[in-house]
Amino acid sequence: MDYELDGNSFPADEEGYLTDITVWNKELADLIAKDENIEMNDDHWEVVNFLRDYYEEYQIAPAIRVLTKAVKKSLGEDKGNSKYLYELFPYGPAKQACKIAGLPKPTGCI
Amino acid sequence: MADFETPKLTDFLETPAIQRDSMAHSQPFVAAPEHQEKLGYPGELVGNWQEKAIDKFGDLLTKYRSLQVYMDSCVKCGACTDKCHYFLGTGDPKNMPAARQDLLRQVYRRYFTFAGKWFPWLVGAKDLTKQVLDDWYSYFHQCSQCRRCAVYCPYGIDTAEISMAAREIMDSVGQGQKYCNEIIGKVHEKSNNLGLPAPALKATLEDLEEDIEDETGVAVKLPLDVEGADILLVTPSADFVAEPHVDGLIGYAKVFHQAGVNWTLSSYASEAANFAMFIGSYEQMHDIAERIRKAAQDLGVKRIVVGECGHAWRVAYNFWNTLAGPFDFLDPDYPVPQHICEFTYDLIQQNKLNLNKSANDHMTLTFHDSCNVARASRMGPEPGGQFKYPREVIKAVCNNYVDMAADTIHENTFCCGGGGGLLTDDLMELRVKGAKPRMQALTDVVKSDGVTHMAAICAICKSQFAKVMPYYGMEMDNVVSIHQLVSNAIILDGQETDEDEEETGEAPTEAPAPEMDMETVKDSETPDTAEAEGT
Repeated sequence: MDYELDGNSFPADEEGYLTDITVWNKELADLIAKDENIEMNDDHWEVVNFLRDYYEEYQIAPAIRVLTKAVKKSLGEDKGNSKYLYELFPYGPAKQACKIAGLPKPTGCI
Repeated sequence: MADFETPKLTDFLETPAIQRDSMAHSQPFVAAPEHQEKLGYPGELVGNWQEKAIDKFGDLLTKYRSLQVYMDSCVKCGACTDKCHYFLGTGDPKNMPAARQDLLRQVYRRYFTFAGKWFPWLVGAKDLTKQVLDDWYSYFHQCSQCRRCAVYCPYGIDTAEISMAAREIMDSVGQGQKYCNEIIGKVHEKSNNLGLPAPALKATLEDLEEDIEDETGVAVKLPLDVEGADILLVTPSADFVAEPHVDGLIGYAKVFHQAGVNWTLSSYASEAANFAMFIGSYEQMHDIAERIRKAAQDLGVKRIVVGECGHAWRVAYNFWNTLAGPFDFLDPDYPVPQHICEFTYDLIQQNKLNLNKSANDHMTLTFHDSCNVARASRMGPEPGGQFKYPREVIKAVCNNYVDMAADTIHENTFCCGGGGGLLTDDLMELRVKGAKPRMQALTDVVKSDGVTHMAAICAICKSQFAKVMPYYGMEMDNVVSIHQLVSNAIILDGQETDEDEEETGEAPTEAPAPEMDMETVKDSETPDTAEAEGT
């Protein structure tokens, strides 16, 4: 399943994760999000940007707890919980937000 | 993935009417060549796959005497037919354990028995065709290797071993499963199922230390790679990142802290899980187990404790010694290996933990026995310790505990629906349907005893329930870790308690846990999230 944007094709795996994480850009993120029935707003971007920064430093997506703490810090106490993250990304912040952020799918017993 | 309907729960668990081929479409993604080749398997289905598969089958029959016995001994008595959670959840007759076994048995008869070679039509023997291979791929990935059927089989035929053999044959001809094989590759490269690099692990643990200190005022450590520590903890890597797993990890750390032991995690062996068991590969299982022995020796520890992980405990308890032993360098005064529940139970028996049970009073608990712990291992010196220890630990930290129906717990426990390498998004329909028997048993105690939460002892169970419970009208955080309950109740030496907070005028920060809403449980419907799965 590939993404088409401005006449260019961006390869993705069976589940819609980009196979080459370096091709990611914001327009592509909007497109992936649309496929997931998500309309990106500032709160979504806050999470996606944090994921990308964390990935750049550690080559892995952060633990849910690390993510909720970061969100709490930037968006406020009432949003620093996994319930809120699931409202933003109903299929789960780890998998769905990573997909939109152009990061590999988290694997394991999660 | 096609849309599907979440099974309806009723007043009791019904044996479904047969729905022929209703799950024939359910197949996990096939492993890509790069995932296959890392494990030494052909990248894709090889040209002469029939011949290779039959050769491999022959090898396995010689290597595993049990497989030959299982192939020969089914008398079609029917005792297993209504015991599989996947059959009960789907009604597909190929999910009856005897029928699942027959998918392999028909080929066994055709190529390895006199009658099947000469009179195949008389004995249900079949050629290994592409159609048969497709059936194998589909239905041997609809077996979570939970072994419930084996408990009821008068011959003790273990469908788990049959499905492991089938998966090994498929791997050997280039038709592996993406979920398991990609993960095993990551264990080899990054030492854990997640692919969590050591610096990220270190940062994650430091972050948890901060959280615990913020919460309790006590500097509880989660040490990594400490040479000369007494105890090496190996735990599923989900404990580092997922919920409610991580709350369990915090619980282990508090228990170790309070026990005053010198313990460590290892970045070289930062994973207890051993997915090689799911694909039936002895060689892979050996390599993965070997990491743990090496980590223990390199760090010079005296004991190994295993965290809350079902199949990892089976591998550790049953197979470590022959796979990667002898572990004669460890202290023989302690069990080798030791389960974290044994460790905590022991401290509770010695009155060494200060426990405030009322910290869990907002919950009424029940316990889900994980299949690999319940049916393939033990804890402590007595039979049934694997049932007793987790329950005794829960009861020591909670005032409200109720068991589910007797035919759904202990050795009769139902699989969560996501075990055996099936905890993957591409099998969501199977996972939701396979969870039905457990959801029924849980709903029964929700109604009769006001149960609000279910504790689990396995990373797969926890993730599976967190994902599928919303389909049945429950909240994802209605599943908890055993050591999360311990963590709530334990009062560390020097810990700031609620009374201290009241004195200083601070309100407790933790929001009350959600309770299971009876009305929603009764009228459960597929949640909105189901629509997001079409990817």
